[in-house]
Order: sequence, then structure tokens, then C-alpha cells
Amino acid sequence: MKNTQNVTIKGTKDGLTLHLDDTCSYEELKKELDRKLANTSKAQEEDRLLTVKVKVGNRYLSHGQQEELKDLIRQKRNLLVDVIETNVMTIAEAEELRQENEIVSVARIVRSGQVLEITGDLLLIGDVNPGGTVKASGNVFVMGSLKGIAHAGCNGNEQAVIGASSMKPSQLRIAGCISRAPDQLPNEDGKAMECAYISEDQQIVIDRLQTLMKIRPNLTRFEGGR
Amino acid sequence: MGEAIVVTSGKGGVGKTTTSANIGTALALQGKRVCLVDTDIGLRNLDVVMGLENRIIYDLVDVIQGRCKIHQALVKDKRFEDKLYLLPAAQTSDKTAVQPEEMKKLIDELKQDYDYIIIDCPAGIEQGYRNAVAGADRAIVVTTPEVSAVRDADRIIGLLEKEENVEPPKLVINRIRNHLMKNGDMLDVDEVTSHLSIGLIGIVADDDEVIKASNHGEPIALNPNSKASIAYRNIARRILGESVPLQQLDSGDEGMFTKIKRFFGVRS
Repeated sequence: MKNTQNVTIKGTKDGLTLHLDDTCSYEELKKELDRKLANTSKAQEEDRLLTVKVKVGNRYLSHGQQEELKDLIRQKRNLLVDVIETNVMTIAEAEELRQENEIVSVARIVRSGQVLEITGDLLLIGDVNPGGTVKASGNVFVMGSLKGIAHAGCNGNEQAVIGASSMKPSQLRIAGCISRAPDQLPNEDGKAMECAYISEDQQIVIDRLQTLMKIRPNLTRFEGGR
Repeated sequence: MGEAIVVTSGKGGVGKTTTSANIGTALALQGKRVCLVDTDIGLRNLDVVMGLENRIIYDLVDVIQGRCKIHQALVKDKRFEDKLYLLPAAQTSDKTAVQPEEMKKLIDELKQDYDYIIIDCPAGIEQGYRNAVAGADRAIVVTTPEVSAVRDADRIIGLLEKEENVEPPKLVINRIRNHLMKNGDMLDVDEVTSHLSIGLIGIVADDDEVIKASNHGEPIALNPNSKASIAYRNIARRILGESVPLQQLDSGDEGMFTKIKRFFGVRS
């Protein structure tokens, strides 16, 4: 079994893929990767930078190890690691991912002086009163009226949006962008069901809720069905 | 075992002390044993509004620091047969002279002897507020139909909702000026209640008689002919669990013709 290959290189129409076997030790893998890349280095001499995918199967790689592999591959050849795909992750990472993608629903009124901060998308069943703040790392949806401050994508996600049944905010923030309410609202009631997002020129735009499905198709998470 | 009700607002000058005095008086008129507690240490007013200022011997801080017994500090209101008492605040110390735990103990002791303890809270959200809320079972938030007062009321409601021992607060809208509300120059009752989204327990119209009465040291609730007095008595009845319809704000100045029109269901 000694001559089973731990590293196989495959070319697909999307570029090169390095398959790294997940049953050998990490040290063995590194050695073989080193040798293999050195062996084939004469095959292609042109200087064009190639991006490669690395598939490691059921092997868990820590951040340090991932960096190490990327360096190793980068040093050897004109190869640049695009992604490292693995089938395993730690529970902590999985939990983080789950929280990031979760819609957290909260039924309460965020009153003056209160701050509601959550990870993931926020679905607030209630109002945000003037002086109150809601913050989410994802999108913010307010079922009641938004009269305070809403901050979507507070960890820097510029794709995040804010939606509210009644949009009369004192301030809107998405990622690093801040917009303030006009000093005089054009019409008193504020139109029903509006949303805010960052447009291409890095400005916060308020628009009808229905435009969201065009500019942020990723909001749909429903899969299958009709 | 009685109930302790804290009257608070966040903002100053909206009528906490007047409301406390009049709710207390109105409850006493209904035959309940009531004790008013002024927690505004350093800036006491409740004794002045009740006209009991010159009968104070000991105060709240004396009781808490053990210089006297509770019954020695209580000032009896002679207009009522053994129904209404006042525990005045100290004028010489400040709010830090009392701790919330001590206050809670004191209120629990008073609850043994009285049906209702009305706690007059100082303005602000600092130590004085925490002292006042410590022993309370229920809370009444007083606001006026002004944006700044409503904003502070919102803040205080947020804080009250965090208190585990206090029931959801009830709202009193004070100093309503009907002509301003009609013209839309002032927030109206619906706007205030929908914004704060808590139960409304009473509305009180702005009335010159209230100021006159409190300057004389006689709570307006004693005068049965004033609109504000009826409003305070209604609040007291709602505290006792009766269901009383809200006062008509404009019933005073409408003519015979409008009454007839309303009788026939014509909207003006």
C-alpha cells in the first residue's frame, strides 16, 4: 500500500484541483505535496498564475495548517490557492455559521436608551422607538415601525438590508455607511413597507420593499418546491 | 397586605407630585387606608402640595437611619379620618442617604398597615429612581403630550419593564390642552398611547384650579366640581379595579346644538 498516492492533481475545465488524501498523516501529506509539486514543475514553464482548488476530504485543518499548505503550494509554483474545501469543521465553527445564518425573532419594543444586538438576521415583532437601537450582523426586519436607529451588517456585511413596515428612522446604518433622516419628511406617514440597502455608489437608498427581490436575490433561502 | 404603587416619569415638571397627592387623596376618599411616601430626598414637595409641611417632625432618612420609629415620622392628614398619612422626605440629606434594599424593607413594613402606598419618585433615572422603584408592586408613568416628555417616559418604561417585581406600568397623560390637541399642535392621546404601547389609566386636562389648589396645600381631588378632580378620582377607581370610561375632553365647552347633533349621531 506504500505506493498509493496521497496527492493527486486533476485538471477540470474550471482549473486545477488538488486532491489530498485524508487517511495519511499531515506530515506525510506535506512531504508528498512538496515532492509532487517539485516533480511536475518542469511541465509548465509559463509565468501565468494558476488558481487551484484544494480538496482535503475528511481531514480537519486548523487555521495554521491551512496557511502552511497555502504557502507551500504558493512557493513551489505559479499556483495560487483559491479555496480549501473540507468536509469537516469544528462545533464552534458550525455554531458560528448557524448563528450567522439564523433569523432571530424577538417580540418586544425597543425603547429609548435600549440596544438590541444579535448575530444573524433580526426579525423584530414590535417597534423601535426614537432613541432605541437595533443591531444585527445580518439583515434587520422590523414588523412594526422603525423610529430609532437600525444597523444592519454591523460586522461589515455590505449586502445586508433593512426592512420595516413603517420606515421613519432617525438613522440608518449598513456596514460602514450611515444615513440620517431628512430634517423634514416629505410626507407625514412614511410609505408602507420600505427597505434600505447600499447601492453601487456606496449610498444608502430607501426604496419599495418589492425591489429587494431584484437586487438581493440571495435573500431567498427557500429551496425545492415549485 | 397592601400594594405599593410608584408614580414616576423620568422627566421633571410633568406632575408626578401632583398626581401622587391626588391619587392618594382620591383613594382615601374611596375609604382606603393610604400612605404617601415622598422619595425626593433633598427636594421634597409632596408635603407642601398636601399642606402638611409644618407638621413634619421626623422624615424618611430618620426612619431608615434608626433615629425614630415609622409611626413617629408619619404625618396624619386630619381632613380624613385616619385614612391618609404622609411619610415626608428629608430636606437636608441627598439621594445617596438611602439604599434600595433599605427602601424595600421600609415599604414592606408599611404594606402591613395600609391598603395603598403611593411612592412619589424623583425625576431622573439615578439612585433616587432606584430607591423609589425598589419596593413597588405597580407603577404609574406620568407624561404630558410633549415629545420630550414622551421620550423620557419611553426610557423609564424600558427600565420598569426590566424590574421583576413590578407589574407592567400604566400611563397617565397629564396637562392635556384640548385646543392645542385639536389643532394638531400637540400629540394627541392616541399618538402617545400607541407610541408607548402600554395601558392607559387616565387622562387629566390642564386646569388652572390644580395650580391654585396645590398652592393652598389642598389637593384638587377634594374639590368635586373640577374636571381635573374627576379625572384623578377616575384614576383611583381604575386602580381599585373598576372600569370607568375615559373623560370626554371637550364636554365642557360644547353647545346645546352639538349635543343634539351627537344625540342624532351626526359627526361635526
